[in-house]
Amino acid sequence: MSMWTLVVALVSALVVWYLLARQLMAQPWLADGEVGYTPDIEAFASPAKKVALFFLLAVISSLFALFFTAYMMRMNPAHGDDWLSIPKPDILWLNTVLLLASSMSMQWAKNLVNHQSGKSPLPALIIAGVFAISFLVGQLLAWQQLYNIGNLQISNPALGFFYLLTGVHGLHILGGLYVWARATIRVFMGITTPSINLSVELCTVYWHYLLVIWLVLFGLLLTT
Amino acid sequence: MAFVAIADRDHEQEHHDPHTFVSKYIWSQDHKVIAIQYGGTAVLVGLVALVLSGMMRLQLAFPDYFSFIRPNEYYQFVTMHGMIMVIYLLTALFLGGFGNYLIPLMCGARDMVFPYMNMLSFWAYLVSVIILMSSFFVPGGPTGAGWTLYPPGTILPGTPGSDMGILLMLLSLAVFIVAFTMGGLNYVTTVFQARCQGMTLMRMPLSIWGILTATVLGLLAFPALLVSAIMMIFDKTLGTSFFMPAVLSMGQALDHQGGSPILFQHLFWFFGHPEVYIVALPAFGIVSDLLSVHARKNIFGYRMMVWAIVGIGALSFVVWAHHMYVSGMNPYFGFFFATTTLIIAIPTAIKVYNWVLTLWQGNIRLNVPMLFSIGFIFTFVHGGLTGLFLGNVTVDLPLSDTYFVIGHFHMVMGVSPIMVLFGAIYHWLPKITGKMFNETLGKIHFWCTFLGTYAIYLPMHYLGILGVPRRYYAYGLSDFIPASAQSMNVGITIAALFVGVSQLLFIINIIWTLTKGKPAGSNPWEATTLEWLTPDTPPKHGNWGHNLPVVYRWAYAYSVPGAALDYITQTDPQKGGDIEEGDHGKH
Ligand code: HEM
Ligand SMILES: [Cu+2]
Repeated sequence: MSMWTLVVALVSALVVWYLLARQLMAQPWLADGEVGYTPDIEAFASPAKKVALFFLLAVISSLFALFFTAYMMRMNPAHGDDWLSIPKPDILWLNTVLLLASSMSMQWAKNLVNHQSGKSPLPALIIAGVFAISFLVGQLLAWQQLYNIGNLQISNPALGFFYLLTGVHGLHILGGLYVWARATIRVFMGITTPSINLSVELCTVYWHYLLVIWLVLFGLLLTT
Repeated sequence: MAFVAIADRDHEQEHHDPHTFVSKYIWSQDHKVIAIQYGGTAVLVGLVALVLSGMMRLQLAFPDYFSFIRPNEYYQFVTMHGMIMVIYLLTALFLGGFGNYLIPLMCGARDMVFPYMNMLSFWAYLVSVIILMSSFFVPGGPTGAGWTLYPPGTILPGTPGSDMGILLMLLSLAVFIVAFTMGGLNYVTTVFQARCQGMTLMRMPLSIWGILTATVLGLLAFPALLVSAIMMIFDKTLGTSFFMPAVLSMGQALDHQGGSPILFQHLFWFFGHPEVYIVALPAFGIVSDLLSVHARKNIFGYRMMVWAIVGIGALSFVVWAHHMYVSGMNPYFGFFFATTTLIIAIPTAIKVYNWVLTLWQGNIRLNVPMLFSIGFIFTFVHGGLTGLFLGNVTVDLPLSDTYFVIGHFHMVMGVSPIMVLFGAIYHWLPKITGKMFNETLGKIHFWCTFLGTYAIYLPMHYLGILGVPRRYYAYGLSDFIPASAQSMNVGITIAALFVGVSQLLFIINIIWTLTKGKPAGSNPWEATTLEWLTPDTPPKHGNWGHNLPVVYRWAYAYSVPGAALDYITQTDPQKGGDIEEGDHGKH
């Protein structure tokens, strides 16, 4: 159990280490060499928004890692021996395909803005959004199907976690859709600035990331 | 381009020069205004928490004398006091307050990289505070579960506030975490991407290192609190059994079955222990700067200090279960966590030595910020030493949940960070307001607080060794507690009320500064760091006038041999003038 949290801690420590190792060998107190040296400073060669997005993804990773840890700890009989595996609605497979398609369309949009082919990313963006929305609708249908089974107890942690984790993941998709909507509207109004390109790129990163989280989550649900 | 600060100069955020009163002081996107908003709100709720502690002390000294403190109220006061102090006062004031004020100024940026998100962060924080305070007014009152909110008690009838109170608490925490995340992403990105030319990471003042590391800890640790809060809300409202075991409550079997209270404890402390360092690391960083400035000496072992901050931060993720020695876990676990806990003592001790060595042969100016900084070294050493006791499983078992623990953590994470906060406020007040505070009043405030807190917390260790339990409304007929413990409790209460009232001196001093304070000038302490080198004091919107500063050296060029003054600012291009430090310098 604590393995997971240890891994998270270790990975974050390594990340911090990597970030720092580049500059931490400096000896700022030495007279020669250091004083008068005025380098340009940016720890990362990316725009601030992108850096912030990566930190946000680190936060979300911590969130999901902890949810998954809690999930697996609760399965362990030492933390309650009442885990009853629940049937997984088949529609989840379809939803997975929808999310994959959404991610691919996002990538398509990103390629369009990157290559400056002059083609508008609008269709690709809209398709990505529609797929993402249908994913969410599909998740709601999955909830509905589970609910209709009827004889499942909410006090069964397997069921509670199913709603909880799919719900939290869905909320993250919703958040992404908000940013997506803003970008799409601006593209629709014909605004073409570098900031749009950046928005599309960041959306794409976020989409792929949530796809990966979903695949891990889906795997966890299927195998337990 | 080094200084593409404000969200890469994106057109939409290009300039937000405020014009109206509202955009200047209320919906402000200026980091300095937001810092003051954060700080002011934090101090206000902090005062509420202080009053609550006074009421607890009244009950402990004069049991059953005050009719408005019954057992339920006592538990509610304990809980709200603890939670407010740790989260809504200390975390918010160090990161939301000082983080906001200092990061752009010390790094040479015009503002945070995302000013709008920064503003949202404050307003979300304010909402979380309002939600928390509103729980005083709902039926059943605020939760009385203790700040650790351990299930199953927390959400069962019998615990005060187990309906509305606990839900509001959890909701407020969730909103706080969102607020913190918006602020935290800003702080980290600003430090990494918006430093001015020449400000390498190893030239940053330690204040920034402390705030940066604490923010990273917060970003990774607060999700654990969020996870436990969400799961607890589910258990409470939807009847899931994540944490709730099968319970007989008031003779009735509840629907819950099989849940794991221990799971909650793991999640809570996976957040809870790093939280200690979220509060401590900014204090470590800031106190290093105060000591160096007012001792007119470079900080001893700068690079070691940076590594110690980062190392403590990383280690703080692998010690959490030292809060759970009494939870019946596997003894090998206890061994593991005792070991990691004691390992943290190493970088911590290094820091203490370095602070003391910074004072060694310094040209000490014993002014108010310096007094508080030296006070911090005392209280922190005391709190730290008792931590070594509690870190050992066998010693902790009898002391767990006694007043020894109360004495320990108040010393180490209550009084010590508060010492630094006061020192820091006095230190930067001349920059924030442009005016000098009243030195005499400040010194009286220091001595009342410093001696007073000792009078409160040293005796508590003794009570703890006697076995006096914490979180008790009254001790009833317990043979093992001698009657003299009661007299000691009276003494502690008198000291606590004295300390509480003497904080008025601080508030009076702030008012005095604002109304009567003499202009402080831009660099009253003759410090080297960038915030003292702004063209205007207090700094205007955008901080630096036309040109961003350029940094030529580290932040600690004090008493450099051969230099004209006893300090060389970071922006001074003159050659030479960095000290070769004994412990690493090449000769
Ligand atoms: C004059 C200042 C203060 C006084 C007199 C005071 C007094 C107390 C008292 C009497 C208790 C309850 C003991 C019990 O019955 O269990 C308590 C608990 C606590 N205090 Fe303070 N305190 C002060 C400042 C602080 C500060 C600055 C912090 C910040 C870390 C803090 C954090 C806590 C925490 C976390 C608890 C535990 C709450 C719980 O058991 O759930 N206190 N304090
Ligand atoms: Cu701890």
